Amino acid sequence: MSSVTVYGLCSAVLVGLGLFSLIVHPQPLRKILAFNLIGGGVFLLFGVVARRGAEGGFGGDPVPQALVITGLVVAFAATALAVALLLRLFQETGRATLRSDG
Amino acid sequence: MTIALAFDTGLAALVVGVAIWTITAREAFAAVVGFVAYGLLLALVWVRLAAPDVALTEAAIGSGVTGGLLLGASTRLRRTETPAAGEKPGATLRLAAALLCTLVSTGLAAILLLLPEPAPTLAPQAAANLAATGLGNPVTAVLMAYRAIDTLLETVVLLLALVGVWSLAPDHVWGGFPGPRHHADPDGVLTFIAQLLVPVGILVGIHIFWVGSVAPGGEFQGATILAAMWILAMMAGLVDAPPVSRCWLRLLLVAGPAVFLAIGLAGLAMAGAFLGYPVDYAKLLIVTIEVPVTLSIAATLAVLVAGPPERAPRR
Repeated sequence: MSSVTVYGLCSAVLVGLGLFSLIVHPQPLRKILAFNLIGGGVFLLFGVVARRGAEGGFGGDPVPQALVITGLVVAFAATALAVALLLRLFQETGRATLRSDG
Repeated sequence: MTIALAFDTGLAALVVGVAIWTITAREAFAAVVGFVAYGLLLALVWVRLAAPDVALTEAAIGSGVTGGLLLGASTRLRRTETPAAGEKPGATLRLAAALLCTLVSTGLAAILLLLPEPAPTLAPQAAANLAATGLGNPVTAVLMAYRAIDTLLETVVLLLALVGVWSLAPDHVWGGFPGPRHHADPDGVLTFIAQLLVPVGILVGIHIFWVGSVAPGGEFQGATILAAMWILAMMAGLVDAPPVSRCWLRLLLVAGPAVFLAIGLAGLAMAGAFLGYPVDYAKLLIVTIEVPVTLSIAATLAVLVAGPPERAPRR
């Protein structure tokens, strides 16, 4: 087994762990955190694919690497918007819950 | 097992361990601290995968700025944690979720193990056309030349996110100052560190941006460091966050995408394609786009972290 395979399996596990956290944690902030955990796993998957495509004197295929850089920035923008929505919800209702009743 | 493989296996196990800790931590604040560690460890993984550009971005944005944003939110939401603990789903749902997630992980792992050999790659094409862009760093070439449309749209996405965040302001504070005013002890550690680190950090940010054309680095990494320095100065109370109605702030935010779009449209006339560069001026045009884009991204990231207006503007 090579190092790239090890990181590939690692990324698969991270996506699963993040998804689990997204489903079972009731607090919205923990869900946002889980969303970022999944993101880390998905980006790592891109990194593994990029590393496998190492050719032409480069350590990896630069196209997926550039996509990950774009993805990281967009993930941050989405996180910032989600956090702002959550804080506004808290400001309005004094609670931070996704439950529709009560 | 070679030493390199042993190191990589250990690092992968550590990343998974920290992820589990982040998920199981009782308090949200502790979970966010775990997430910051997770991001930094992932940055190490990116170095091991020969992607130093991504490693810099992961450490700066994925771990640093996102971590700072979430830490702030977790402190403000601390009171809501105890009631939310009563909403935990039952054992059946947890078991079903665990099964589903195991299935997803196994599927992903199977796909990764069955990827075609040799791997498809665009690296030779990227290398062949690198000279035409005048750049030395293939990742920057992808971001600014081959796939410049992605980067243009990304700067627009950042602006849209900011419009979304600002729209959450209550009516009476519209146009006012974002977030609470931070007051730190003028003789305290935070003020001292901010005064010491901010000038150095600005230089490091500009350097990382500038070397991006030939070495690992670039506008996103440099911009994030610049944004972090502004956030640090705001947190230490050295400067206040600017009111969102300020004209100079609005101009700074749109300058990058506007210049990018203008040069992109000029490409129709100069090189016969949207976002095309004439070969002789490619490097010059790319740098002309990168400077305002870096400043705009830095401003957008800092203002996103500062949040929607919360204090009424001074009349």
